[in-house]
Amino acid sequence: MSLERTDIEKLALLARINISDSESQQVTERIGAVLNLVDQLQAQDTEGVEPMAHPMDATQILRADEVTESNDRENLMSNAPATEEGLFLVPKVIE
Amino acid sequence: MHNLSVAQISQGLSKGEFSSVEITQHFLDRIHQLDSSINAYITKLDESALAAAQQADKQIAAGQANPLTGIPFAHKDIFCAQGVKTTCGSRMLENFISPYDATVVANLKQAGTICLGKTNMDEFAMGSSTETSYFGKTMNPWDLETVPGGSSGGSAAAVAARLAPIATATDTGGSIRQPASLCGITGLKPTYGRVSRWGMIAFASSMDQAGPMGKSAEDCALLLQAMASFDSKDSTSIDHLVPDYSANLNAPLEGLRVGVPKEFFEQGLDPQIAAQVHNALAEYEKLGATLIDIELPNSKLAVPTYYVLAPAEASANLSRFDGVRYGHRCENPSDLMDMYCRSREEGFGEEVKRRIMIGTYVLSAGYYDAYFRKAQQVRRLIKNDFDRAFEKVDIIAGPTCPSTAFKFGAKTDNPVEMYLEDIYTISVNLAGLPGMSLPCGQIDGMPVGLQLIGKHFDESLILNAAYMFQQATDWHTLAPAFADNTSEANGGAS
Repeated sequence: MSLERTDIEKLALLARINISDSESQQVTERIGAVLNLVDQLQAQDTEGVEPMAHPMDATQILRADEVTESNDRENLMSNAPATEEGLFLVPKVIE
Repeated sequence: MHNLSVAQISQGLSKGEFSSVEITQHFLDRIHQLDSSINAYITKLDESALAAAQQADKQIAAGQANPLTGIPFAHKDIFCAQGVKTTCGSRMLENFISPYDATVVANLKQAGTICLGKTNMDEFAMGSSTETSYFGKTMNPWDLETVPGGSSGGSAAAVAARLAPIATATDTGGSIRQPASLCGITGLKPTYGRVSRWGMIAFASSMDQAGPMGKSAEDCALLLQAMASFDSKDSTSIDHLVPDYSANLNAPLEGLRVGVPKEFFEQGLDPQIAAQVHNALAEYEKLGATLIDIELPNSKLAVPTYYVLAPAEASANLSRFDGVRYGHRCENPSDLMDMYCRSREEGFGEEVKRRIMIGTYVLSAGYYDAYFRKAQQVRRLIKNDFDRAFEKVDIIAGPTCPSTAFKFGAKTDNPVEMYLEDIYTISVNLAGLPGMSLPCGQIDGMPVGLQLIGKHFDESLILNAAYMFQQATDWHTLAPAFADNTSEANGGAS
């Protein structure tokens, strides 16, 4: 499966990662190489096989709906690039 | 002192032959003298290590020591350690100071171990050579022009160079076993769910697993003991009894049925490596084991399956790195989209970006069924092969990797060539089984690893099989010449 540069541009947007024009060609080729590897799966018959998400098919353990965590806001926000009064600051979203 | 086993260090401490402060200082001195030549450590923790060693010495004096009290070790820089820079080998987390301890970190603090520092790794655990680290490559102490393997290359190189007696590491497609093999040490990836992933920066959530690295199976058993626990904070942690991993190390191997998968010895395997592995298998027969041919027909699809599922899971896990709450944020973003796209462009390296894009592709509308769902189906077929094999055998053995340590840059032009390094290890992660690598030979002075695979939660048996091999052979006792360097040899004060 080979990809076009436009496909790469769409993926980059979905992934929220800028790919510069100078990198775009190499990215397209290298991703194409991996997708060729991956295409080997198509030949395998998987009729009726249940997909496996977890190695032991485990399911989510639930817990009681009780408050167990304490407020650790200052500590947890200590790595934030920009904050104000307990809020994370980002460029304006709504005009 | 740096060649002592964990048990020997523990004994030395309890007999008062040396203190934890002394042995910690010894390793810190070696790190300062030698690490610049191999770059195994991203962060060195002298101050906190010596403070912890002082505490350990008090515990030892009070007769309250346990097997790991006062023992120095290193953490792969993927474990969040409170108050300590935790980078995951990435520019994205270059200045991230973790506000909390991962469960593995807390467990080892509780066990009284002394953290010497955080070791280098492929960025976000994606790689097989430690060449993708933002903090530079790590050199294999056996030959400084070759890779130590990855992604746990820093931990493996540190143990091999005797810059730490033991180290923690993680394995998603082979990242403990392959570097252990290339660096001539012992490493174990436990059963999925055995060791808590809370606080361990996630790459592929259904495959990641933390485990020990050391100079022997005996040392790995001791470190695994402290690492393993059920953790309700990790929703994938499995509540399975943690046995005493050291209790049955010397159980005789009489009657042990060792499966030898035909697919792991097919053409493409270097005949010299095959020969070393066959010698090791012959050793197992001498120890009383029976070799049984088995087939894992779907294992040839393990690499393509992994390169659909792991990037898909990674694309989800790494979406949290958006420059908002932590991690790298670009300068002067013009709007939110620009902030996301440029922060991630700048913060992530090429391999990470590539895998995120592949993951995004296989999960996207129109491709999900053909790629992601298909790969999940093949994953079940791969696991079923192992289930069938384990009806006839107790453990499975084969080569850990298709090559010994390769030169820097040898596999970086074509990503697929790098991915094929993990051809024998990946299927084990897909099936969630425990796997180990131990040294079993050398080719041109470079280490070769034997892989042992067990049933779910059967770490005790593979540790036992590795230990008995190490009692009968001495491959694991060999150290690179680099490790013999002393302060005098490096021009330091004597």
